[in-house]
Amino acid sequence: MTQQDIWVYIDQHQGAAMSASWETLGAACELSTLLQAKVTALVFGVNSEFIAREALAYGASAAICCDDATLVDFRVEPFASLLASLVAARQPRAVIAPATARVRELIATAAIDAGTTVMADAIGLEVQGDAVQVTRPVYAGKLLCTVSGVGAQPLFITLRPRAFPKPAVQVAQFPDAIEHVQAVIAEDALRVKVTGYDTVAGQVSLTDASIIVSGGRGVGGPDGFAPVRELATVLGGAMGASRAAVDAGWVPYAHQVGQTGKTVAPDLYVACGISGAIQHQAGMRTSKIIVAINKDREAPIFSLAKYGVVGDLFEVLPALSTEMRKRLGR
Amino acid sequence: MHIVACVKQTPDSAALITVADGRVGWGDAAMVVNPWDEYAIEEAIRLKEKHGGRATAITMGPERARDALKSCIAMGCDGGVLVADAALAGSDARATARVLAAAIQKLGDVDVVIFGKQAIDGDSGIVPLAVARLLGWSPLSYVLQISALDAGARTIEVARLLEEGRQLCSAQLPVVISVVRDINEPRYPTFAGIRRAGTAQIPIWNLGDLGLDELQVGASAVTVAWQAVRAPASRAGAVEILAGDSVAATVSMLADRLQAEKLT
Repeated sequence: MTQQDIWVYIDQHQGAAMSASWETLGAACELSTLLQAKVTALVFGVNSEFIAREALAYGASAAICCDDATLVDFRVEPFASLLASLVAARQPRAVIAPATARVRELIATAAIDAGTTVMADAIGLEVQGDAVQVTRPVYAGKLLCTVSGVGAQPLFITLRPRAFPKPAVQVAQFPDAIEHVQAVIAEDALRVKVTGYDTVAGQVSLTDASIIVSGGRGVGGPDGFAPVRELATVLGGAMGASRAAVDAGWVPYAHQVGQTGKTVAPDLYVACGISGAIQHQAGMRTSKIIVAINKDREAPIFSLAKYGVVGDLFEVLPALSTEMRKRLGR
Repeated sequence: MHIVACVKQTPDSAALITVADGRVGWGDAAMVVNPWDEYAIEEAIRLKEKHGGRATAITMGPERARDALKSCIAMGCDGGVLVADAALAGSDARATARVLAAAIQKLGDVDVVIFGKQAIDGDSGIVPLAVARLLGWSPLSYVLQISALDAGARTIEVARLLEEGRQLCSAQLPVVISVVRDINEPRYPTFAGIRRAGTAQIPIWNLGDLGLDELQVGASAVTVAWQAVRAPASRAGAVEILAGDSVAATVSMLADRLQAEKLT
């Protein structure tokens, strides 16, 4: 393996790759063309060989897999130690990974072992001369910052989910280029144990969602979220909420979009009864198309929106759900 | 138990952030405790109240960052430590983590370190993980509930917020935790707390106190450099307000737009 290798860490949960992993692989392949580098996918955990084959079909030239009992559930220590030991032994030029919650932890930790740190949450990747330049939002997206690595190798970069396009599946050029490696820490040496999950089945994750319908103070109460949830379901999207609605206890915190919640970038963001405080904008301003539905024409959300409806969300949302259900045959 | 809350002083979240000549400005907006860190402070105080011991706040920053520590003491922390040194200017996440890890080691008897999930200026969320790795302690990030802490057995049980929902974990102390805002409702400072903060002696530790030298921190140790900062392009175009003769007509117009944009 050469100094020019670009590694892509493929994030997965319970044997299925996260969509953001393929976006990252696509962005790394573009970069590799400019840098004349080879892209190697890293897949750790359950079902890793299957996911590695998917990675080869999404454009990786090779894959490194590790399937081990210590890697069944994500924990920082076994994953980071394995990644750090591979990096130390093989010296890739860059390690690029999707900025999901798990992977942020993993990369921040492995980078310390390599004597460097992370360019986190990239929304742009460029090559200037021989150097990789990363664009990332700072101050909650109020500013964009260009960062680059100084001296230390490799570069560790995480990419914000949905900031880069998902590549098309191709016929893998190197379908058998899969290498298996061993884990580097035994279970006895691990001080963190995963005891379970408390998840809602079938719920679309906000970070991955291509469509999000969000409710704010204007929905008026927990029952007011029913039409918001209904439209999200009809459109096949996820339900979000503003801080005001979460603080009032109407929906759980996991739904909160904004500066102290999740940052999202769906293709479509429908803001219902959300005034659009600057802290909410911080979490959703990079959405491709924003639709605002609000009684108050002066609400700041209209200045971000492409389409607006000034009206009562309790009339507009059920009518829109009915209309879309009819058009989509759902 | 000795609980440490690591905090950062940042511009207020409602500040209008601008950039001029490559320098970031926030006008006359107040400097506040990073909003995520308020949950860390609250959780540190709650753990102390429940399990005994003390809660200490640490920050690295300029002299004015002392105000952030006073806020922590006013809420209920027992003390604060300001790490300040001219050589720290320009430190990246790794250098910051080195300094905080050294300060935690200097305190000596720390069981739990708590951070907010990230700071609202740099927004990277790297430092808690980096501190854990440098100390060799277990990291537990995005914690939204500490369900059990056994000081005798030195174990902790937490729920972490991941994309799929909650992951439930147990770990051996010492640990470095980062918290999300669902974990608690930060308290307001009490009058007595504000008085205590006013008179509190807050030591300043410099690099020498921490056994670090100038080459390990600040601009000379940077591995990730900020090259340029700019304002994002404003979202183009004015909003198109859709208004039909009836609600049905309006939503039909909106549905047309959504389908034309190939969004559904």
